Amino acid sequence: MDYKEAGLTAGIEIHQQLNTKEKLFCHCPTLLRDSSEHSGEFFRYLRVTESEMGEIDRAAQEELKRDRKFDYFTYDTTCLVENDEEPPAPLNDEALSVCLTIAKMFGMTPVRQVHTMRKLVIDGSNTSGFQRTALVALNGVLPTGGEIETICLEEEAAQRVKDDIFSLDRLGIPLIEITTSPCMHSPEEVQEVAEYIGMVLRSTGRVKRGIGTIRQDVNISIRGGARVEIKGVQELDLIAEVVRREVQRQQNLLAISNELTKRKSSVNDTAKNVTELFKETKSTVLKKAKRIYAIRLEGFAGLVGREIQPDRRLGSEMSDYAKKCGVGGIFHTDELPAYGITAEEVARLREYIDADSRDCVVIVAAVNDTQAACAVNQVIIRAQVALSDKPVPEETRKMLETGSSAYMRPLPGAARMYPETDVLPVIVDDDRLNTITIPELLTVKAERYAQEYAIDLNYATRLVLSEKLPLFERAVAEGIKPKLAVFTILSTCTELRREGVEVGKISDEDYLATWHAVDTGRAAKEAIPDLFRGLASGDTLDEVLQKLAPAVSRQDLESIIHTIITDRSDFVLQKGQAALGPLMGVVMSEVRGSVDGKVVSEILKKEISAVLAAKKP
Amino acid sequence: MAVVKLDSGYNIGVDPDSCTFFGYPAESTAKKTRVPQKKDLPVLSIVSTGGTIASRIDYRTGSVTSQFDADDILVAIPELAKVAQYRTIPLATILSENMTPSIWQELARAVYKEIQSGVTGIIITHGTDTMAYSAAALSFMIDTPVPVVFVGSQRSADRPSSDNAMNAVCAASAATSDLGEVAVVMHATTNDDTCAIHRGTRVRKMHSSRRDAFRSMGIDPLGFVAYPSREVTLKSHTVRRGSRKLALHDKLEKHCGLVQFYPGMSPELLKAYEGYKGLVLAGTGLGHVSTALIPTLKKLIQGGTLVVMTTQCMQGRVCDRVYDTGRDLLSAGVIEGGDMLPEAALVKMMWVLGNERDPEKAAERMQEDLKGEYNRRSTHGL
Repeated sequence: MDYKEAGLTAGIEIHQQLNTKEKLFCHCPTLLRDSSEHSGEFFRYLRVTESEMGEIDRAAQEELKRDRKFDYFTYDTTCLVENDEEPPAPLNDEALSVCLTIAKMFGMTPVRQVHTMRKLVIDGSNTSGFQRTALVALNGVLPTGGEIETICLEEEAAQRVKDDIFSLDRLGIPLIEITTSPCMHSPEEVQEVAEYIGMVLRSTGRVKRGIGTIRQDVNISIRGGARVEIKGVQELDLIAEVVRREVQRQQNLLAISNELTKRKSSVNDTAKNVTELFKETKSTVLKKAKRIYAIRLEGFAGLVGREIQPDRRLGSEMSDYAKKCGVGGIFHTDELPAYGITAEEVARLREYIDADSRDCVVIVAAVNDTQAACAVNQVIIRAQVALSDKPVPEETRKMLETGSSAYMRPLPGAARMYPETDVLPVIVDDDRLNTITIPELLTVKAERYAQEYAIDLNYATRLVLSEKLPLFERAVAEGIKPKLAVFTILSTCTELRREGVEVGKISDEDYLATWHAVDTGRAAKEAIPDLFRGLASGDTLDEVLQKLAPAVSRQDLESIIHTIITDRSDFVLQKGQAALGPLMGVVMSEVRGSVDGKVVSEILKKEISAVLAAKKP
Repeated sequence: MAVVKLDSGYNIGVDPDSCTFFGYPAESTAKKTRVPQKKDLPVLSIVSTGGTIASRIDYRTGSVTSQFDADDILVAIPELAKVAQYRTIPLATILSENMTPSIWQELARAVYKEIQSGVTGIIITHGTDTMAYSAAALSFMIDTPVPVVFVGSQRSADRPSSDNAMNAVCAASAATSDLGEVAVVMHATTNDDTCAIHRGTRVRKMHSSRRDAFRSMGIDPLGFVAYPSREVTLKSHTVRRGSRKLALHDKLEKHCGLVQFYPGMSPELLKAYEGYKGLVLAGTGLGHVSTALIPTLKKLIQGGTLVVMTTQCMQGRVCDRVYDTGRDLLSAGVIEGGDMLPEAALVKMMWVLGNERDPEKAAERMQEDLKGEYNRRSTHGL
């Protein structure tokens, strides 16, 4: 695929949680909880409000089609601010500092007076009905030559537990939003830029790590298509695929539009109530429905069912639109008979609605006339877009697991922004900007480590990108041998993880204690995998050491060593004092690391000398 | 700093010196939408005084201000049209901390006029901070045969989560119900499920920001309005529609004060009230101030100031006959205020002294129950 030819332009928005002590607008910890730990619940309705310019945002208008009653879980780590029962605290200064640091790393111009805004979001993920956000810096550059348009400091939304139930632990965690210009022209380039920005963010050491702490939104358009924002790409590896599939989708929509024009297709009909036709149906969905409406799409046959992306059809798009009215989806004749709907029923439907083989008939099953009319109207709107000279609608879409995407809502406009009147603007002066120091980039750090600690650059790169980097730095500062720490973090743990050992349960403190035990000779480094298996199962380091190897008395040790030496006297005679090294390993594995290496070496030396002396003529 | 709105909708503050003046945008007229009213529904009057039920951003200060009239409320809350038809009387657009007894009087006269014209009920939109004072004031100034319902919102109307719409719909439902007194209707819990109807003389704002801040003190709420069903249930102690004959008594004596006692309070502070017609004390516990204040209080009383004791506990009844200090207060001429809320006692005092010239009779009236503000029996725990 020639993406240049296709006229691909793409930009990304990266949302990264900051690892601050407190949330952005209250003093709660930035702690994620298990929803089973919630201490209370409440529910609210959200309504649409006008912007200060007296307009209603089109994305919000779309949400109006459904009932907006939402339930919320509260915790002993959330407060009245998350509940929307108390005005916000001032903007978290720690979070602002992290943003200003990142802004400086990209050579951006900071905003001199930061104004917090309310971005209207009435999908329930914010108790207030808006997300607080502030523009912090403008106009940055990327080493690839692209630009970073803006950095915003936002509050994280509540996460969905199920349906319309949300959990308030995540709401309010500071989030940096980095938006690039539409400066990228190939799927791989988008992924590379996302990787680079992610690396810069992690270089600060002030961002959260782990699944869900960073999310990418991708903006994509092609020539003849339209700008589409795909939200919630969590895995970096999928970004290029998401771009590829969106290009494919837009091209297929353009092709369908051409075909429709050629066929002189149209959407002129009004919807018909066909509930009676399905009175005796075997379809469970239709049987349950109180109202079934149908619409004839003239000249659409075969195109509604045509694949536009893996597992996605024009029909899927219509279905997404209809779902905004609360229906479960749609049926269309391109896919029928199926789902319990018989060929006879389809024939009767076609006849009743006066559709010939060139036409596609779409039906919706609803609980009442209002819902049915709303859903059919959405199908008509989407079909008319497919027919128009702009067949790719501007949309916000959500990524599906494989990299395809589904419609969420229209792209929001500026009308969704309203000043947050409860938060005072913050002045950012020269004094503050001058005190910001730029942290070392992780790529630079990797090169430095490779040199300083004589480790392979690939290894060093993996280390600096690892979540355990702070642990490594602490270990080195405490005098642990860098190679031991790197080997444990990158190799030992990876192997154990493959074995199914829950390495994640081992605390940093236990890592350090283990290394210190190796360093002082309380444990052999060969014993680390065994020690970690024990630690991961919940034992303390002392318990694991005890279990692995009960403490050996000096007397026992002397006798063990004596036996080993006697059994290998030939080897000792052959190697002389050089036998010490290899025999150390033999002894340590025999006693499984439960004794001080210095003592072993001392006794070994004595025993070797004794053997050598005895054999002297 | 100059605030610039970017195309993205974000505002940023920039150095004004870096800005160049190009000119003003073309003037545009505010659009005015009329909400169609159903002629078969009862008529309610919405008297607006301001407050967060109808507020939006003020670009002068950047904070929230009240600048909507009652028409805008109907546009903002279309659901109201299902309950009644409305007449709208824009009385004031103030934040409720700027409320004054003079505005209470204007409000009482406006409400009286509306009731006289035959409406089914009255809704008064009001900032929540001093809503309880105004509700008490109207309770005394108007004998009403129809519901007079105060309503506001704790979370500003410019947010999708605002409690304004549900409170307003519940208030309208209460105003068309069998209720026959002055009441406050606000959220009963943090959920959007129920509003409570509180008696105007027994209600208090008990939280600075929560939706369910308003509580009935010393009595149960008069009733509840379920949401979204709008079903109104009234309790047995509630005064019913038509029980009272319409009358207006709009005189108030404004030279009255309310003082909260605290340990170590200087008698000098009380001297500021010399020449005042009345003073309500919010004393400690059963109704005490320190012995050091008693001579000054005695002087005030001898100078013609009516002094009534209430309790800063907010719950329970004053009894100055238990301890020595209390007895000394009584012999100095302090009147026990029963279980009246300090704020309600102040408003009542203004009304009593405005309508009763005889000091002894005024003191007696302070201990009578006029509009449910003074319970003869303490039936309610904490």
